[in-house]
Amino acid sequence: MKTSNLLTSCHPERSEGPAFRDGRNSQRRWLQAAILALAVIVFMGAGDDSARFKDLGHRMICTCGCGQVLLECNHVGCQSSTKMRDELLAALDKGTTNNDDLILQGFVQEYGPTVIAAPTAVGFDRVAWIMPFLVLALGIAFAVHIVRSWKNRPEPALADGIVIPRGSELDEFRRKARKETDL
Amino acid sequence: MSQIGSFALLLALGLSAYSFVAGFLSLFTRSAASARLGETARRAGIATFAAVLLAGIVLVLAAFNDDFSIAYIFHHSNRDLPAAYKFAVLWSGQEGSLLFWSLLLAGYGFVLRLRYKTDQRLFAYASVIIASVQVFFLLILNFAAHPFAIMEGALPADGTGLNPLLQYPEMVIHPPMLYLGYVGFTVPFAFALGALIMKYPGEKWIHITRRWTMVTWCFLTIGVFLGAHWAYAVLGWGGYWGWDPVENASLMPWLTGTAFLHSVIMQEKRGMLKVWNMALIFATFLLSMLGTFLTRSGVISSVHAFAQSSIGTWFLVFIGLTLAVCSFFLVANRDHLKSEHKLESLVSRESSFLFNNLLLLVVCFTILWGTFFPILSEFVQGHKVTVGPPFFNRVAIPVALLLLLLTAVGPLLAWRKTSIESLKRNFLFPAIGSLAVGGMMILFGVRPWEDPSYFYATVAAILSALVIFTVVSEFLRGGRVIAGKSGQNLFAAMIHLYHRNTRRYGGYIVHFGVALVIIGILGTPFNKEVEKEMGFGDKINIGPYTLVCQSYTQDDNPNYGNEWAIINVFRGGKLITTMYPERRFYKASGQPQTLPRIYPSFREDLFLVTDVYLVYEGKNETTGRPIIKAHLNPLVPWIWIGLIVMVFGTITALVPNEAAVRVAATTPVREPAQVGAGD
Repeated sequence: MKTSNLLTSCHPERSEGPAFRDGRNSQRRWLQAAILALAVIVFMGAGDDSARFKDLGHRMICTCGCGQVLLECNHVGCQSSTKMRDELLAALDKGTTNNDDLILQGFVQEYGPTVIAAPTAVGFDRVAWIMPFLVLALGIAFAVHIVRSWKNRPEPALADGIVIPRGSELDEFRRKARKETDL
Repeated sequence: MSQIGSFALLLALGLSAYSFVAGFLSLFTRSAASARLGETARRAGIATFAAVLLAGIVLVLAAFNDDFSIAYIFHHSNRDLPAAYKFAVLWSGQEGSLLFWSLLLAGYGFVLRLRYKTDQRLFAYASVIIASVQVFFLLILNFAAHPFAIMEGALPADGTGLNPLLQYPEMVIHPPMLYLGYVGFTVPFAFALGALIMKYPGEKWIHITRRWTMVTWCFLTIGVFLGAHWAYAVLGWGGYWGWDPVENASLMPWLTGTAFLHSVIMQEKRGMLKVWNMALIFATFLLSMLGTFLTRSGVISSVHAFAQSSIGTWFLVFIGLTLAVCSFFLVANRDHLKSEHKLESLVSRESSFLFNNLLLLVVCFTILWGTFFPILSEFVQGHKVTVGPPFFNRVAIPVALLLLLLTAVGPLLAWRKTSIESLKRNFLFPAIGSLAVGGMMILFGVRPWEDPSYFYATVAAILSALVIFTVVSEFLRGGRVIAGKSGQNLFAAMIHLYHRNTRRYGGYIVHFGVALVIIGILGTPFNKEVEKEMGFGDKINIGPYTLVCQSYTQDDNPNYGNEWAIINVFRGGKLITTMYPERRFYKASGQPQTLPRIYPSFREDLFLVTDVYLVYEGKNETTGRPIIKAHLNPLVPWIWIGLIVMVFGTITALVPNEAAVRVAATTPVREPAQVGAGD
């Protein structure tokens, strides 16, 4: 059972031998599947012109100063968004390129780099995308480290004669308490 | 009149400076004289409120009296402005809103100083810290952004009027709510810093500030949502959140404040995360100040920002100083903040709080990072980049979904350690229910694999359902136990259950409200819009609605001229309402404004709640006929319903527990009554 392998591999006392290696392989397969699923989600989408218009129109900002995404700017009398939408439609109608980046580049040349609604994935702009996930990863690692280090911290010394229940004995007390309170 | 206002502001500055200096000196000397000095500081703090209140009243009176000799009134009011908006003039501009900030802070300080007997020494520390913040704002008001500055030259006959976008009923409520939230976090901040400086023993400062924090958080929540609703109902772009820097500025302290509200439970219950809690409340206060800085400095462009001014430097210096003081005491007194217990398991309530805090802070960091990245980019690359909605949606939404998962899972985990059996028992019903919701979405035609936004919407729906089912199951489980023991019916038992731990179950209601808000948001990918030039009798079909143009008309009043289209709305061939999308032209400011009309409705089917949204786009130059744009925004009303539930939950969490009320009634102790055992 792959699932049970995955679960048992989390236990440190089972961290040796073939069972553990199977668990690691299983974990790796799950990880690969998760990355693949994520990639599919991120990159999925239709490739027809209306979908491209929608996609490109959501990757640019209206230059009227409203700060809205191009296709979501509908301010009264906004000349910028109408003009830009027409230009985008014209670029798609021409059909001279299937490369969306080239179309966006044309807009950048006309309106400047701020026309792109989000940082690109090149150069220093990449830092914008990396940092939040880096912080998340570091935060999770730090939190797990904190929990583990606290878990291994020795209990404070008690007065003679007082015995703290531990392990299965403590779990049994908890089980009884929950059963009695049903909460 | 301006002289009275100016005098009141100067007096307030003198009084608050005295309150700060005398209070500070009294804290570090031990004698009868120092106690008297401390008492004079407290009274000066109270008097500061009176002086700032006088300044505020004078400014409002000046607006009502059309005193255009005051530059602020000239720029933000006019003779024909309706009375409610003349009152709102107080917070409609840079100087007035700073005065309003100062007034609210003085008001909070006033209440705090009246309740000083709860714990005189701790309150004295908090009072001094509040006085220092007050001095800062009064310095700005007196020397950098004076609301009573006099107009130069001839006295103008009329003012330039209030910004049309602000002439909306919600703008009379939204800023005060937001400011009550922003300013309110000064109080828990002052108590926290005071407790840290004096190495206050125990967690009593948290008990004292708990209600302050919850009330403040509630105000900020209302303020943020009212701002979103205002954007939705007034700005006319069909959305409610555009990730504008000023919107972001209001969200950041809300996120850290929410994290603080959760993590203090750990400190109260288990004596843990003391350093973390200090850092969180410091961050919340600093982010409130940062938000105020962002809206006023002109460092970041925003449609919501006030005019550019030089006061940004003042704020930067103040934020830097505050950060230095907080960091110093956090490091110097870190031994005082040692944890009393340890975490025993990753699968426990404590861990869920820890990860909840982590995710809230990651979302906060993402927003902060995205807001300031254009400046960083300009510094590094020499040109600005735009960090707009696509960035925030792509980065913040996945983290927010994880947070939603924790919102569902956390309450079902036991303190210290959770067994697999109890996890199975507690999660079975909510998990099946939420997966069923996901299955129903697919049955009703949502295809999560077709578009990332549909995928996120489906996941958000499943997780929202999980939150709702866990909350319901918690109430049912506890209610059944009480019903079994007391013989009450289940509903009465659940009420009894709530009264036994109002904070815990009030918190669950807030979670329920959050789930409703998410349900409202997840309709966004399914929005539709149609735009058409409409003559008499012309039709637009959108979703289940047919819109028929009945007529156009116009009107005029002293404040504005307006014209509107009369649109009959049919559903299933039956007339259900008539809508009047409107366009106004404000005479004093010479600015036009569209006023959308919203027909809110929600179908019983969870997935098909509809909300028609119209914007009268103006007239076609050639035909003279109006252009109507119709939006169909599914589920949006649930956002505002969710807000109401969240506020209700917060209020119920503020009610004292039954047991605590009984103890408070029978115990002649001057300690503050503890509001139950917490979560």
